[in-house]
Amino acid sequence: MKALVAMRDWVDERFPMTETWNLHLAKYYAPKNFNFWYYFGSLALMMFVIQIVTGIFLTMNYKPDASLAFASVEYIMRDVDWGWLIRYLHSTGASFFFIVVYLHMFRGLMYGSYKKPRELLWVIGMFIYLALMAEAFMGYLLPWGQMSFWGAQVIISLFGAIPWVGETLALWIRGDFVIADATLNRFFAFHVILVPFILAALVFVHIIALHAVGSNNPDGIEIKKNKDANGIPVDGIPFHPYYSVKDIVGVVFFLMIFSAVVFFLPEMGGWFLEKDNFIPADPLKTPEHIVPLWYFTPFYAILRAVPDKFLGVVAMGGAIVVLFLLPWLDRSKVKSIRYKGLIFKTAVSIFVVSFIMLGWLGTQPATPELTQLARIFSVLYFAFFLLMPIYSVMDKTKPEPDRVTFDAH
Amino acid sequence: MKKLLPLTAFFSALLSASVALAGGGGAHLMHVDTDMNDQGSLQNGAKLFVNYCLSCHSASFMRFNRMGKDLGLTDEQVKENLMFTTDKVGNTMEIAMDSSDAERWFGVTPPDLSVISRARGSDWLYTYFLSFYKDDSKPLGINNLVFKDVGMPHVLGDLQGGIPEPVYKTVKDDKGHEHQVIEKVAVPKGSMSDSEYAKLNADYERNVRDLVNFLEYMGEPAKMVRYSLGVKVILFLLLLFIFAFALKKEYWKDIH
Repeated sequence: MKALVAMRDWVDERFPMTETWNLHLAKYYAPKNFNFWYYFGSLALMMFVIQIVTGIFLTMNYKPDASLAFASVEYIMRDVDWGWLIRYLHSTGASFFFIVVYLHMFRGLMYGSYKKPRELLWVIGMFIYLALMAEAFMGYLLPWGQMSFWGAQVIISLFGAIPWVGETLALWIRGDFVIADATLNRFFAFHVILVPFILAALVFVHIIALHAVGSNNPDGIEIKKNKDANGIPVDGIPFHPYYSVKDIVGVVFFLMIFSAVVFFLPEMGGWFLEKDNFIPADPLKTPEHIVPLWYFTPFYAILRAVPDKFLGVVAMGGAIVVLFLLPWLDRSKVKSIRYKGLIFKTAVSIFVVSFIMLGWLGTQPATPELTQLARIFSVLYFAFFLLMPIYSVMDKTKPEPDRVTFDAH
Repeated sequence: MKKLLPLTAFFSALLSASVALAGGGGAHLMHVDTDMNDQGSLQNGAKLFVNYCLSCHSASFMRFNRMGKDLGLTDEQVKENLMFTTDKVGNTMEIAMDSSDAERWFGVTPPDLSVISRARGSDWLYTYFLSFYKDDSKPLGINNLVFKDVGMPHVLGDLQGGIPEPVYKTVKDDKGHEHQVIEKVAVPKGSMSDSEYAKLNADYERNVRDLVNFLEYMGEPAKMVRYSLGVKVILFLLLLFIFAFALKKEYWKDIH
């Protein structure tokens, strides 16, 4: 024990180990009233680790070569010890990562976690989301099935819609006139090195930014305004051990649901692993329906809802850009939905319905009726954001409490 | 409760919309009960597969000895009864037919069947084998209800006791026009007694079920272990959850 203390002191004289531990864990004070929605931050971090670890093992047997890729995935599924489990953890993990991130973002939306002083925290988070979409998109090419190939073909051809430089740009991204071996190789490089590296850096910055401004909470009030004689927020509790033990409960519960899918429903009825992706990529045979995976379909529906290809791309990009602007669109006096009025609550409900409906429409064939429906929900999606500066001011808010609401349990 | 009303309405709308869409298009599929624990069925399926499929179709991701191990067969049994295209039990199920020859003969290269059950689904495969029928307008003299203008001959025809013939029925469309549609397909009964005919059909259905069961196994050999492992993993997590929850309770009792 004495030796351990001496060792700690030796390190502390040379590196701020104890200081860092205290700053970010043992003496980082988080509001005590976190609810269910506050599990998804730590769960997102765990998903990131699962994807990195399973990804490392997959690369040991995967072959980024157009003539070998499909077979190498099946080799992992059959001939590599536990390969099937590692692969399912990774493929299911991708979808669960998005589920967790979407819920994490929705939490921010409900409790106004993007509002001052957390604007930058939200923007960094949005960059993480953007990087995650790039990561998922490029990773989906790697199994080299029909959907991998044609999904990438469709999405990259969208760059071709940009005036003047479009076609050149699409060619430059693919490295060939169609999706080909060159594309597979570079997507592999980006998927396993570049984007994970960016993601890790962004996650680090996201946490540093969070710990600088402090966590928001379901009441949307600043616990730092109310400190005791020692300068500790009266409604704050040290992250470790309180939230570390609480998050373990969340992690174990989440893993039960995650395992249920990994072991019993890895394809999730075609939502996580599409049927057509068990047919090797064939540049000469276009599948009947080309459908991106579910986490992209809301944006895909917006793209298809616009009759003009270039404007569709603009609308799709705009749908993501407006999310970045959220901190400046919401002009409400209060942060949390608990103290916002009926207008805001209604708007959020409409937004949720629109987002889910667009997600579903993006998986369906674009019939005239469904396209009409997609147009309506696209307009509602944008209206939620673009009209927010108006309705968030009109909204009749309730007074915020001085202290957080918390029932001991 | 009032708050929930629009939400309920929304989800039921969503549900009915997706049901309506799922119902549209494509022939109705029969359902097959597959079972990865039914070793007899899988062995019969393997026998049918190597005898009827594995001359034109490869299964280049499936190793003979892996199959033997999973199906409870020794390497010797596999070599003697199931291997015709290679003599090395560690090899995968390749075929001798050249793919360009195949394309000349059938119009397409017969696809590799390793993961066909994952691309098509077991119900589709089962229906496919039960949906061949005589159609003299086609080069091979056959057609299929779920795979129009199929390029594959009905290789299981002798197992089925002949090529089934279509049985038509008349339907009226919205405008009152009458159309002839195929109601079902049936092997000619000939001089068979009712019980012989019923047995013939039942035997064929059982064989097709065994073959599809095997194809499903071949599509994902891990299926043999993943369910039972999944139960163990979730039970372990459940136990861990109890401890994690108790630990959290203990710490949090100080927080008021």
